Amino acid sequence: MVNQVFDDKLIIAGRAFASRLLTGTGKFGQPEQLRAALAASGTEIVTVAVRRVDFENPEDRTLAAVDRDRYLLLPNTSGARDAIEAVRIAKIASAIVGHRWVKLEVTPEPDFLLPDGVETLQAARELVAQGFTVLPYMNADPILARHLEEAGCATLMPLAAPIGSNRGLRTADQIRIIVEQARVPVVVDAGLGAPSHAAAALELGADAVLVNTAIATAADPVAMARAFALAVDAGRRAYLAGLSARGDRASASSPLVGQLGKVAP
Amino acid sequence: MKDLVPLAALGEPALWESARERVYASTDEDVTRALDAEHRTTDHLAALLSPAAVPRLAALEEAARRLTLQRFGRTVVLYVPLYLSNACTNSCSYCGFARHHDIRRATLTEAEVDVELSRLAEQRFRHLLLLTGEDRRAASVAYIRDAVARCHARFSSVSVEVYPMTTAEYAVLVAAGCDGLTLYQETYHRPTYRAVHPAGPKADYDQRLATPLRAAAAGVRAVSLGALLGLADWRVEGVLMALHGALLRRSYWRTRLGFGFPRLRTEPGAGIALLPLTERDLGQLICGLRLCFPDADLVLSTRERAGFRDRMVGIGVTRMSAGSRTSPGGYALGSDAGEQFAVTDTRTPAEIATMLETHGYEPVWKDFDQGFLA
Repeated sequence: MVNQVFDDKLIIAGRAFASRLLTGTGKFGQPEQLRAALAASGTEIVTVAVRRVDFENPEDRTLAAVDRDRYLLLPNTSGARDAIEAVRIAKIASAIVGHRWVKLEVTPEPDFLLPDGVETLQAARELVAQGFTVLPYMNADPILARHLEEAGCATLMPLAAPIGSNRGLRTADQIRIIVEQARVPVVVDAGLGAPSHAAAALELGADAVLVNTAIATAADPVAMARAFALAVDAGRRAYLAGLSARGDRASASSPLVGQLGKVAP
Repeated sequence: MKDLVPLAALGEPALWESARERVYASTDEDVTRALDAEHRTTDHLAALLSPAAVPRLAALEEAARRLTLQRFGRTVVLYVPLYLSNACTNSCSYCGFARHHDIRRATLTEAEVDVELSRLAEQRFRHLLLLTGEDRRAASVAYIRDAVARCHARFSSVSVEVYPMTTAEYAVLVAAGCDGLTLYQETYHRPTYRAVHPAGPKADYDQRLATPLRAAAAGVRAVSLGALLGLADWRVEGVLMALHGALLRRSYWRTRLGFGFPRLRTEPGAGIALLPLTERDLGQLICGLRLCFPDADLVLSTRERAGFRDRMVGIGVTRMSAGSRTSPGGYALGSDAGEQFAVTDTRTPAEIATMLETHGYEPVWKDFDQGFLA
């Protein structure tokens, strides 16, 4: 079992990652803090909003803080309100980061930033056709998940709760169905406010989580990044170890059933 | 008072009255209820802006601070205003651009705009707010459109604060690369509005009230509302601003909502006495709006002094102007054209960025990408 965890890698589009914690770069006040939090999280995939990055400026704080040899810099299309904008932003991003991985976000409503399933699916189809590795942010809708997977997306990234809300795994029942049906990794994204939420997502079978606000806005972001790393590891180990079934009735910790079977009638 | 008030009712004296009553009837219990609510309405806002909330300001501030941190993180977007023209046909009694003032009038040429833009780009700005007075001959829609396009080519985000336009005219600006509109009602109190806007197109209260919705209808992505604080009772203005915002949001769900807080410091004239706000009042207003609009952009300009602006960072303010000049040609042209109002916070953009960094905040120069509109 220990070895199983040891070799347990997250595979996205054929690429292996040891960490199952993806992180974002938003909401950090200081670049040093961002850099230290990334290191403490053990993450290997770091998302960045194209709208935020001043690519013409080599001194851009976010770019300077993310060591591109160490992390896969995953641009997102945050701010895009429809498929056309998302595709355009993805292309701009790929020209700059030099690869074709993109976290697809289409959020036309500015307050809760809930993903638009219709436009996301359309953008995903177009981007996949253009050779992109697409990681779509989506509502926890199992049927949309089927469509996005059929469209050729590399992962599914259902939300736990509205982005930045820190409300935890509100969509657990739907995510359970998505996990059960998916053939690509399921990364629970948005709304995870505490390490226990992240652990719960991994326990129910999600392959990874993406956490930004809960780390960036913690009183001590670096310590919180480490706490999330440990929780993700614990949740994954629990999942692989096989959680005991939950039931309404009490069950004896020294079961009789097996014993009775051995008793002659 | 319901959260959703139709446009026609927003300017009704009866609504102002009922909002005023609501504010002044609020008790400490109402304030507690507003603070404890998970989803707040404008009824809660009336309590939060009331005199009853004054002894609870520390609690308001703490709640606003927590919400702002959660929704925006430790970031503040920096922008700069660029005055294109101070020509104006209005007679707003409080404004330096009013037509009865004997000031030097100027409207920047394309070449002059370029010179100003270069200076602002050197200062690292990527977010620009273009302003004019209201004079369609000096600064026509085509002129503003061309200016937007010039700026759009060099800056990430271009917003306008210009005279009210039709939906079709706003669509022209959007097509040229305009992504934001600031348009203040000045005051929601109709009698005061009438007194301080005696002549010119701005005298039409209802026309102005409907303008932000027209811009949203034309596809302007971010719309900021506000009142010129000091003209009428700010506590009531705050509730009306919120109702206007709530209407905008329900009507145009894609539009990003913002609020500005221009505070009038000099007598408005026209027989209207200045109702001065203290910084504490303004702080209460900002906290109240943050608590009711967790995701709205709250803007504090260089009208306010440095120390106060610094304090409001983190509590609720998420956008600041920096290094502002309020006359056309004020940055690089050494122009002596008349200014709209006197700037109080005279720090340079670099100084403000350093202040933010010292407080553990990231000065965000770019929060939008031309790719969205290209």
